[in-house]
Amino acid sequence: MQADIYNRIQGHPDFQKLVQKRKSFALRLSAVVLAMYFTFILLVAFVPGALAHPVASGTVVTWGIPVGVFIIISSFLLTGIYVKRANTEFDEENQRIIEECLRG
Amino acid sequence: MSVKILTVITALMAAAPALAADALSGNVQQQATNWPAIIMFLIFVAFTLGITVWSSRRTRSAADYYAAGGGITGFQNGLAIAGDYMSAASFLGISGLVYLSGFDGLIYSIGFLVGWPLILFMIAERLRNLGKFTFADVASFRLGQRQIRTLSAVGSLCVVSLYLIAQMVGSGKLIQLLFGLPYSYAVVLVGILMVLYVTMGGMLATTWVQIIKAVLLLSGASFMALMVLVHVGFDLGDLFLQATQVHEKGTAIMAPGGLVSDPVSAISLGIALMFGTAGLPHILMRFFTVADAKEARKSVFFATGFIGYFYILTFIIGFGAILLVSTNPAFFTPAGQLLGGNNMAAIHLAGAVGGDLFLGFISAVAFATILAVVSGLALAGASAVSHDLYANVFRPGASDEEEVRVSKITTMVLGVIAIALGILFEQQNIAFMVGLAFAIAASANFPVLFLSMYWKRMTTRGAMAGGWLGLLTAVSLVILGPIVWVQILGNDEAVFPYKYPALFSVIVAFTGIWYFSVTDKSAAGAQEREKFDQQFVRSHTGLGASDASGH
Repeated sequence: MQADIYNRIQGHPDFQKLVQKRKSFALRLSAVVLAMYFTFILLVAFVPGALAHPVASGTVVTWGIPVGVFIIISSFLLTGIYVKRANTEFDEENQRIIEECLRG
Repeated sequence: MSVKILTVITALMAAAPALAADALSGNVQQQATNWPAIIMFLIFVAFTLGITVWSSRRTRSAADYYAAGGGITGFQNGLAIAGDYMSAASFLGISGLVYLSGFDGLIYSIGFLVGWPLILFMIAERLRNLGKFTFADVASFRLGQRQIRTLSAVGSLCVVSLYLIAQMVGSGKLIQLLFGLPYSYAVVLVGILMVLYVTMGGMLATTWVQIIKAVLLLSGASFMALMVLVHVGFDLGDLFLQATQVHEKGTAIMAPGGLVSDPVSAISLGIALMFGTAGLPHILMRFFTVADAKEARKSVFFATGFIGYFYILTFIIGFGAILLVSTNPAFFTPAGQLLGGNNMAAIHLAGAVGGDLFLGFISAVAFATILAVVSGLALAGASAVSHDLYANVFRPGASDEEEVRVSKITTMVLGVIAIALGILFEQQNIAFMVGLAFAIAASANFPVLFLSMYWKRMTTRGAMAGGWLGLLTAVSLVILGPIVWVQILGNDEAVFPYKYPALFSVIVAFTGIWYFSVTDKSAAGAQEREKFDQQFVRSHTGLGASDASGH
């Protein structure tokens, strides 16, 4: 019985679409996080001078500070972007597919 | 107040920053008894024990005990995750690192934070949809229960024990520095309280201890950062300018120092922190305390926010300490060293901006922090034994009551072991332990968990081979590496030159899983692959997932 519903859901064309949509969304966001972090940490390892450069002449504030804070804040914002879409659009779609398949 | 300086901590900080900042180590000298701190800490203990008694009345079923009945909201769980993750060592260690070398502290914080978005995008909702009480529920979902649960339980217990020892030793050092009480008091007290919280109140009490600790730590740190900002008239540029003027390293504190210098270490540390966070059993367990995938996602959103905010605070606090602590001779020994060592920068700053009472408050919170972390660890370790080993490997079909009883007994045993090891390791160099815990989590727990959800062709054979290989590689490379092989065992040169083995051990684990899965032609393997589709549908839709009331 349970197996039957799982099969029906998997055969539902909208389920495949939802899976694809979620996958590409999650992959894109993950790529952004990984790119940010590894660019940052490799800059630290290879060209520390880049981050040591002052943001303007006459200040001691280096590019490293805004870049670092930017990574922290955008990590948070990216989780917000994912949760917003997953908890509304994806979940509604998901619910609809389940109901359709349960009805038969 | 006579004080000997923690040159050892400083040396470790320089030698192994990522490890040292999360494991308070080195020799410390007991300080004068700090009564306000002790009293405030006792109030915290009384209050949390009250909550534990309240929780014990609401903890009846196994689901209540392991997962707080699934009734924790996303916001509460986010706070509790933050409470689990922000250890005393990271509060004092990171602010101390900023105090000592400025910008490097930020590099370190960022590494610890970026795992969180990835946990959300990759595993949070699937974990909630597939699991019940432990991450092994998910890893073994379509694979051989006995084998995979044994592997996951061993991985969990390794991580939990290493982390516990680091926390116990840290508590002993802290009680000497913060309360002026002997080392052994802390170890015994922390061990007993941990057992009380977990055996009486289960996950519900553990969660609330973590939430309260997170709120206290975030409020205290916010107040300190605010006072620092008031001091510089809310001009961050001025804060940094003044800091470079008084710091002996001058403008160098605004740039990357020697924290990460070669690319292999940089990538390896990054992998350990990211994948390791996603393989910590006490963190993964938190995802089963919420009602559904929706709340699980929200948990990560709030947790990332709180943890990120906390790291920004520690950065401001570290710079504030450069301004307000390093310029005040009252905080220094006649020899010109910071009282109690550089990890005390935040504590001294608390005294400088808030007086003795606030100093007492921050000291009490820093110590209370350890209680929250060890409770989560003890519960995760006990669940690995009772839910994975006992109820699914040795006694399949054991009743819920038996399972919970075994869990409580295990917690007591863990308490005794933690106290014994805490005392045994007082004089040992434990700086490698948290690093090793992350390496094992990244190399044994994470690859099996991740591929079980994402890769259809993985079989039990592949998971076993890769998981054990990852575990052994991580342990061996840490033993052969510069910290254990050279600093502890006293050899001249490390066999394995890098401090962080994760890059290598994670590759070994994934390769092992891949090779031994694709070459697995057994009938059992074919069946396991067939079960993937159903698991896949459940992981996406949540259909069939254990619900809040009846898991």
